[in-house]
Amino acid sequence: MKRKLNETETFSETTESEQPPSDGCVAKTSNKIIELRNISKSFDGEPVLNDISLCINDSEFITFLGPSGCGKTTTLRIIGGFESPDIGDVFFDGARINNLPPYKRQVNTVFQKYALFPHLNVYDNIAFGLRIAKVKEAEIKERVTEMLKLVNLRGFEKRNVNLLSGGQQQRVAIARALINKPKVLLLDEPLGALDLKLRKDMQVELKNIQTKTGITFIYVTHDQEEALSMSDTVVVMAEGKIQQIGSPTDIYNEPVNAFVADFIGESNIIDGVMLEDFKVRFAGHTFVCLDKGFEKNEPIDVVVRPEDVDVVAVERGMLTGTVSSVTFKGVHYEIIVDIDGFKWMIQTTDYVAPEETIGLYIEPDAIHIMKKSEYSNMFGDYSSFSDELEHLSDITEDIEE
Amino acid sequence: MTKKNVISENGIRRNPPQKKGLLQRYAAAPHIVWSVLFIIAPLIFVAYYSFTDADGVFTLANISAFFTEKYLIIFFRSVKLALIATAICLLLGYPIAYFISRSKPKTQKVLILLLMLPMWMNFLIRTYAIMVLVQDTGIINSFLGKFGIGPIHILGTEGAVIIGMVYDYLPFMILPIYSVMSKLDNRLIEAASDLGCNGFGVLRKVIFPLSLSGVISGVTMVLVPSISTFYISQKLGGVDTLLIGDVIEQQYTASNYNMTASLSLILMLILLVGLAIVNHYSDGDGGGMMP
Repeated sequence: MKRKLNETETFSETTESEQPPSDGCVAKTSNKIIELRNISKSFDGEPVLNDISLCINDSEFITFLGPSGCGKTTTLRIIGGFESPDIGDVFFDGARINNLPPYKRQVNTVFQKYALFPHLNVYDNIAFGLRIAKVKEAEIKERVTEMLKLVNLRGFEKRNVNLLSGGQQQRVAIARALINKPKVLLLDEPLGALDLKLRKDMQVELKNIQTKTGITFIYVTHDQEEALSMSDTVVVMAEGKIQQIGSPTDIYNEPVNAFVADFIGESNIIDGVMLEDFKVRFAGHTFVCLDKGFEKNEPIDVVVRPEDVDVVAVERGMLTGTVSSVTFKGVHYEIIVDIDGFKWMIQTTDYVAPEETIGLYIEPDAIHIMKKSEYSNMFGDYSSFSDELEHLSDITEDIEE
Repeated sequence: MTKKNVISENGIRRNPPQKKGLLQRYAAAPHIVWSVLFIIAPLIFVAYYSFTDADGVFTLANISAFFTEKYLIIFFRSVKLALIATAICLLLGYPIAYFISRSKPKTQKVLILLLMLPMWMNFLIRTYAIMVLVQDTGIINSFLGKFGIGPIHILGTEGAVIIGMVYDYLPFMILPIYSVMSKLDNRLIEAASDLGCNGFGVLRKVIFPLSLSGVISGVTMVLVPSISTFYISQKLGGVDTLLIGDVIEQQYTASNYNMTASLSLILMLILLVGLAIVNHYSDGDGGGMMP
């Protein structure tokens, strides 16, 4: 999460004209495999998806990221054929597949909680798709063995799937889907039920499998860290709409609105005014920044990441604030600083004492300017922040899922 | 079945056994008293009467009497009619259970209620109702008569007995199958479809094998009472549809308690062996009557 790695990307902001067009088609190149065109869907009159348009390239690792209820799973199920859109079209390799049932699609799915067949052992679970396709038993044996090797489960053929650990069941589910050589693999929060350590290992493993097989992975998660570390492209969704499509670094460094900035990583989001190109005023101070192309005195949202603020002596600081809480996080301290009533979160490796008055210094490349949106003023203030609350909200999310 | 579910569902296990409280320790007491008084003691009496004659002297005559032509014909007739009725119940009940389990939750409730409604009435009354339906001057025949068909003679035949069994015991087939199917994870069905199964493939490869425990329960719950029934055959059957249950009842009313006991004992043992075999071949997973 440290910023250093993206120094170069930050400066590429000047090439903003290359940003994806609003129709959601990142793929200008011809190798797109799936296209969603103006998809809308509602359940019992509740709108779930609102005019989603998206192109997915062959062989890419794309992630739908968003809080629960944002429509990411529904989008995945539409691609898998388990739901059909109310409005809009789904294209696969150029052909419209709106009404094609799942068993006729060249797509396989790794389900949430795996959905392994409890009456079959590991071997028979993995061989399921090939048996339906009437592949010869000798070839099935060869391919199952190869798959078990790929997912690190050699020698598990005869095991009862109900007695496997979560991580092992996960691998069986992946093997069962991949053995059919789908063009696209859909993964619906596949790591959601695993513990943190195992989740991290599986992230690396999944990414390796994707690189090795070259199959397009469409991955659904509400875990932003997972999305950033695995994906080629991240699609951030909220309230049934696509908020932003881009590479993980784009999404992190150049969020388009307050929602994305808040959802991906920690952000201080402050009301500001763009005085002129490269000059922005917020928190009672005028800063030099790298953004341009806004109108004179246009109200905007400013994003400053907690790790991009330097703690300095009061006389050297651009801003002055009082430390209201300090939490030790291992790699760094997380401190909440009150600057004129607005609570900033700052991550620093130097210890500061609570109630201490400190100076803050912000470099031009640490400032990111966003246009005002419907999400302005909803996020970005840490006055009600507590780890405990964050934890609680995670739990409710799990229950809903 | 229950045991397996406890482990397989998310791997959650029950709390470790705690020191039993007073209530827990004696909660089973009424059941134990009940079992001893009304199950174990009578069974001992049955066994005792089976192996003695009217004077209380040990004999195998009652047992060997069963293996004579007279009783064997009746026994195999009972088995045949019960098997046919069970097969019909399964063929009718399975699709019904599937249909109910796939409908909306509200519809499911209504359909299950409709299914249970006849069961709130006495068995005997329902059997009489079937009598009225199928007799030569009954509703079915007078309806068919309007088209110049019949009257079809049903009452007093094996067919009538089978109709009676199917009508009386069909809910016992549907309910266990429905109960297993309604708990089936929809994602398994989606997974099968995702892996290339069409509608029939999903049914054959996933739904049927996973509902097998319900089928075995259903078969058990229809087969056992069908084999040992006596009032259905008495009311709907004729002289040549005498079942083993009828014979037991006749022996009892004739105060031949030793023969009554031996027939009951043999029937019970045969059923137990049969169920044990069925359970063995269903991986001990078939929520049947056997432990």
